[in-house]
Amino acid sequence: MNSGKTITLAIMDAPYESANSTTALRLIHTALSQGNHVNVFAYEGAVNLTMKAQQPHPNPVKGTSVEEEAHPTTKDWIASLFALAEKNNVKLDWINCGLCVDERGAGDWIDGPRRGGPKELYEVSQSSDVTLVIPTK
Amino acid sequence: MKYLFIESRDPFESTDTQFFSDLVKGVKKLGRETTLFLVQNSVLSTRKGAKYNDQIAQLAQSGVTVLADGFSLKERGIDHLVEGIEVSNMDQLVQLLLEPETKAIWH
Repeated sequence: MNSGKTITLAIMDAPYESANSTTALRLIHTALSQGNHVNVFAYEGAVNLTMKAQQPHPNPVKGTSVEEEAHPTTKDWIASLFALAEKNNVKLDWINCGLCVDERGAGDWIDGPRRGGPKELYEVSQSSDVTLVIPTK
Repeated sequence: MKYLFIESRDPFESTDTQFFSDLVKGVKKLGRETTLFLVQNSVLSTRKGAKYNDQIAQLAQSGVTVLADGFSLKERGIDHLVEGIEVSNMDQLVQLLLEPETKAIWH
């Protein structure tokens, strides 16, 4: 199952703002499903993707409840990616940019991610087969 | 070196897509193996009859492999594509990314 290959992604979009986030999470899911290791360097608004306090919400316009709306949060999606990595015996190394975290007060995150900076991005990129940067517009 | 260009932007919203298309065309002219993967709103150019059909068709005719993300197409109700475009998916994108000597550029 383990391909021995590694993809590094750098992402910077905040949650719930851009289709880039959805595409990045789809890409990570597929890479892990194929048995690849994945490094993620989340910086700028993307450090909010893993915040533990995220809550799904009802939709008052449609009159739907939290359960009916089944609103997906990015922190739950990413938690499921960590579970997928463990199941497939591959590594998901999720690095939240420390300076970006401090600016946003976004340090309380789910289990899995670690704090880092440009040095860590350089290191994981150097040890990867490919690096893809997904910037904001 | 192989080049994998990933276009995410809407051609009806961003004129940058024209410059990106020129870049893809230019790299292909240099004789490089070149793939353009369309995702998100960039797939709006693939709908048969859309204003930007020619731009995409010319890339395909010049030898660029043009792929369109099936999920993005389905989300936008696009099922009739201009000729020369293959429907693709994340599985293929990951495989392309991991091909040796590949330079991946997102726009």
